[in-house]
Amino acid sequence: MIRDITIGQYYPVDSVLHRLDPRTKLFGTMVFIVSLFLADHIWSYVVATVFLAAAIRMSRVPLPFMVRGLKAIVFLLLISVSFNLFLTDGEEIFHIWILRVTKEGVRMAAFMAVRLIYLVVGSSIMTLTTTPNQLTDGLEKSLGFLKKVKVPVHEIAMIMSIALRFIPILVEETDKIMKAQMARGADFESGGLIQKAKSMVPLLVPLFISAFRRATDLAMAMEARCYHGGEGRTKMKPLRYAPRDRAAYAVFAVYLAAMVGTRVLV
Amino acid sequence: MAIRAEHLTFVYNQGTALEQKALDDVSFEIPDGQFVGVIGHTGSGKSTMIQHLNGLVKPTSGKIYYNGEDIYGEGYSLKTLRSKVGLVFQYPEHQLFEVDVISDVCYGPRNLGLSPEEARQRAEEALRLVGMKEKYWQQSPFELSGGQKRRVAIAGVLAMNPEVLILDEPTAGLDPKGRDEILDQVRELHEKKGMTILLVSHSMEDMARYAQRLLVMNHGRKAFDGTPKEIFEHYKELESMGLAAPQVTYIAHALRERGLAVEEDITTVEEARDAILRLFGKE
Repeated sequence: MIRDITIGQYYPVDSVLHRLDPRTKLFGTMVFIVSLFLADHIWSYVVATVFLAAAIRMSRVPLPFMVRGLKAIVFLLLISVSFNLFLTDGEEIFHIWILRVTKEGVRMAAFMAVRLIYLVVGSSIMTLTTTPNQLTDGLEKSLGFLKKVKVPVHEIAMIMSIALRFIPILVEETDKIMKAQMARGADFESGGLIQKAKSMVPLLVPLFISAFRRATDLAMAMEARCYHGGEGRTKMKPLRYAPRDRAAYAVFAVYLAAMVGTRVLV
Repeated sequence: MAIRAEHLTFVYNQGTALEQKALDDVSFEIPDGQFVGVIGHTGSGKSTMIQHLNGLVKPTSGKIYYNGEDIYGEGYSLKTLRSKVGLVFQYPEHQLFEVDVISDVCYGPRNLGLSPEEARQRAEEALRLVGMKEKYWQQSPFELSGGQKRRVAIAGVLAMNPEVLILDEPTAGLDPKGRDEILDQVRELHEKKGMTILLVSHSMEDMARYAQRLLVMNHGRKAFDGTPKEIFEHYKELESMGLAAPQVTYIAHALRERGLAVEEDITTVEEARDAILRLFGKE
């Protein structure tokens, strides 16, 4: 039941996108997002669609997983589409009562919807093909320059990766505690709001105790291995660009040029 | 008659790349009042299997009957089932939460809708059954030793008056004395109260000493089902599953190989002692 929750929704298959350096993917996602905001012409969207379709194809992640993230923004999508549809001034096509639908409105609404959907799907590709740990590694390396201004980049990345590492552990623990209490007749589903909140106590107390215990154990284990922060620390698997990453950057450059081109020329 | 499982199959994460078969067509029947041991290496599906028996995990396919009734049949109350088939998990830390021992043990009976007085009475009874002295009753369960926590956890389930008691590795992480005490207590429940017991353990010695019947799980399937003596005969196959026979069984086999007339089916230290004494002509 609770085991089905996936955070950091990594989908484990082997594909070119999975093997790319996380920095490349971070950069590519950023390029894609920026390009969506540059787009204001039908041709721009054609280029973006081709790029996105190719990426989906290359990731070898089944399409249903890609669009699952869209569920979260259905509401946002509906609001923004209807606002754009009804509140844009311009050449009227038809109207119902006080709601006017204009040619410009239809165009804006369609573009807005496509933009939002592509935004979510585009970033899903990154999270589906990159493990959370690779992602934090990539972020740490990419934001390394912030160390110059005394931002503790390594420590923040370490906190992030520990937190991510603990999510599945705590989810599993919650599952076990729930089962142990259900075996004693606990009921987490029925009852009103207050009843439900009360029924959480037998779940939360053991969970908190275990989380604190795990945190102390981990701190102890890190100290036993002489962890002292990021200074002079090397990595077991240092991030290194491969030829395919260079190829990917070239593709991003061509894509960005095409997007800018459609905006300027067409 | 008590518990019957038919063709249980359970698949984790069905339909994704992470799909994993935890149980594969497992069938068995556990009659009332039997002391059954469940063994299998880590990940063999034994924990998943026992969680099916009180409806905590729903099988992907297959059926479970308790006293002849399908537990997923219409109108069957899983809550009632869980009070009849008590399951104690491996780590007491997963269930202890109250401010003192007695209130924690009251949690189960209170969930069954008993009045505070009745619940308290049941809790006191259960705590006595597991041998928790009265001086501990007002203490915080978190201040107790590992063995005592375990007892309180078992009492927490016993207080619901179950007919079947399932224990998932109740002795993991305990010292030998604590282990024997817990298992002796379990045996007492079996003998005096006629409770059906399902005990998951990694200790073959414990299994040989306490269980009347053994279920051996391997890769989600039931590999063997029989008395400990029958099963430990197959010690070679058990080894290939990452299990073993009790150490004395190996000694008995080694003695036979040297031409000494000891029985082949020795599984406990007491039996080995008697057999060796017999060899020396001292009964």
